[in-house]
Amino acid sequence: MNAKIKIGVAIALLGCHLFILFPGFFAPYNPIEQNRDFPYRPPELPRLRDAAGNWHVRPFIYAATGDDAGTPARQAAVPIHFFVSGARYQIAGSLHSRYHLFGTENGARVFLLGTDELGRDQLSRLLYGARISLFAGILATALSLAIGLAVGTFAGYYGGVAGAAVVRVADFFIALPWIYLLLAVRAFLPLRLGAGWSFAVIVIVLGFIGWARQARIVRSVVLAARERGFVRAARGFGASDFYLLRRHVVPQTFGVLLTQATILIPQYVIAETTLSFFGLGMSEPHASIGNLLSALQHYDVLVSYWWMYVPAVVLVPLCLGYSAVASAVHDRFGKAYL
Amino acid sequence: MNYLARKIRDGVLLLIGVSALSFLLLEIAPGNFLSEMQLNPQISPETVAALRVRYGLDRPVPVRYLRWLHSTATGDFGYSFSYNVPVADLVWPRAKNTLLLTTCASLLAWIVALPVGIGMALKRGSAAAQAASGIVSLLLAIPELTLALGALVFAAYTRIFPIGGMFSFSAENASGGAALVDLGRHLVLPASVLALGVAPMLVRHIRAAVIEVLDAGFVRAGRALGIPRRTLLFEYVLRAAANPLISLAGLSVAGLLSMSLLVEVVLSWPGLGPLLLEAIFARDIFLVIAVVMLSTAFLVCGNFLSDFALLACDPRIRRDIS
Repeated sequence: MNAKIKIGVAIALLGCHLFILFPGFFAPYNPIEQNRDFPYRPPELPRLRDAAGNWHVRPFIYAATGDDAGTPARQAAVPIHFFVSGARYQIAGSLHSRYHLFGTENGARVFLLGTDELGRDQLSRLLYGARISLFAGILATALSLAIGLAVGTFAGYYGGVAGAAVVRVADFFIALPWIYLLLAVRAFLPLRLGAGWSFAVIVIVLGFIGWARQARIVRSVVLAARERGFVRAARGFGASDFYLLRRHVVPQTFGVLLTQATILIPQYVIAETTLSFFGLGMSEPHASIGNLLSALQHYDVLVSYWWMYVPAVVLVPLCLGYSAVASAVHDRFGKAYL
Repeated sequence: MNYLARKIRDGVLLLIGVSALSFLLLEIAPGNFLSEMQLNPQISPETVAALRVRYGLDRPVPVRYLRWLHSTATGDFGYSFSYNVPVADLVWPRAKNTLLLTTCASLLAWIVALPVGIGMALKRGSAAAQAASGIVSLLLAIPELTLALGALVFAAYTRIFPIGGMFSFSAENASGGAALVDLGRHLVLPASVLALGVAPMLVRHIRAAVIEVLDAGFVRAGRALGIPRRTLLFEYVLRAAANPLISLAGLSVAGLLSMSLLVEVVLSWPGLGPLLLEAIFARDIFLVIAVVMLSTAFLVCGNFLSDFALLACDPRIRRDIS
């Protein structure tokens, strides 16, 4: 892949994150709002051509009506408007807004990705769920890298018996099959938690499980950095350890850390998805990608309602995007200091 | 064999480390199997206290750990609270199933990955190789969960292969041959999903290993000498590339086991994965520890086998250790 494509992918990926950072605007409805009248509505795509064969300029849908008995021909065509006001939502936890990217003006429902068992809009749940999964992935990556940086710098810079011990412990963690480790650590924590706590538990468990590989990588960079000419020269001029670490040694690990971050984030997003899929992560009514998929464990959902599988497919472009960015970052920064 | 003895010692240390860490976590963790029971008004506090004594939960952690070690040494792996039997009775049949699945899947993955990887290395830069590498990148980006659920959807719609379990109800009393065919049909879906999950990573490594050897001086010299391409490939290149690939086989066991857990749960294969989840939800701690220990033991065995194979195949390693 050439550099321009990679930059394009990186920008598209960043765009997706904006999408997910402000789900309230892009999602037409509140993700936990139930419409018991419309369980398992199939996805309804906007149309331009009506049942009578006439073309319309403004996209419209055949609205889901309350009695749900009407055939499409008898249902009213409802035009889709942009920037409509609808359910209240919060932006970044403080600002309130009512504006949504699209919706209808007469209160008829648009379910672009269908609804689930309780009639909740799958698109809104997917956007809010992806936000939870991505945040968990990013925070767990930050935690993992922070621990790896601290431990790896210590082991690489000071070395000695403690450094060797750290390496042995890290090897021990790297050797274990990670899902078993993840589930085992999760097993010792309480099963039922509130929304905030279960999010925190996911982040902390993931963060603490991944530190070992980061620590080894950082240690190898620090070992090399410590002996570089300018670092030795600075030490010769009487620089303190703290100054050397802050000014010369730790900055040399940043390129590797950035590469590792782009590799780790999608891995952790998948790990969060797996945990929530098993019922050990985010709990209802809050959505996460894994949570949305756990409905597929029921055979009737699997065979009858194919749109419940969509959240699993969304992970693929996310991982592809991150792997393209990871390879670009690796080309640019990964080898610079090694 | 100093080398192999050292490897065995490392494996045993790893297992002891895992068990010790588990007991440490157990001590830190809030709540246990009985704490749910305490909330139940129909069970008297005396009963709970009696159970505490019976299960030895009133003893300090080191004592419990030693008792557990003793029980493990005699082959029981502790006692399952929720099933009321020694853990070994639950774990061994499941472990066999996991072993069957992972062995079949990794065989399948290697059978597919070897020719593809070697071919991609030989035809490096050609349109076919680039297309193959694009497909490999795509497959690498598909999470196992998506893959397993996709297989489930596929099976549910086409009904070609049975979903879940190892045997059909109808085949319960079948004779040896028919039962084997039935088992094979149940194995197809989980094994191919697992193989599809592992194979892309293998293809990448095989390609890289073969390319590294192809670029080596002795291969160019061999080509200049006029050694036929086929002989050069099978007699020289692949033998030289075998070393990193054998290590890879050992290292890939960890990923294989992790993926297998997911596939087992999603496709309801009665292996260690579903048992582990059940144990977590029942707070059946000894069962959790035993399953994690067993998976680690599989890992140690896999690494040991690959080390042994390396020793048998690579004269450089034999020379280095003697």
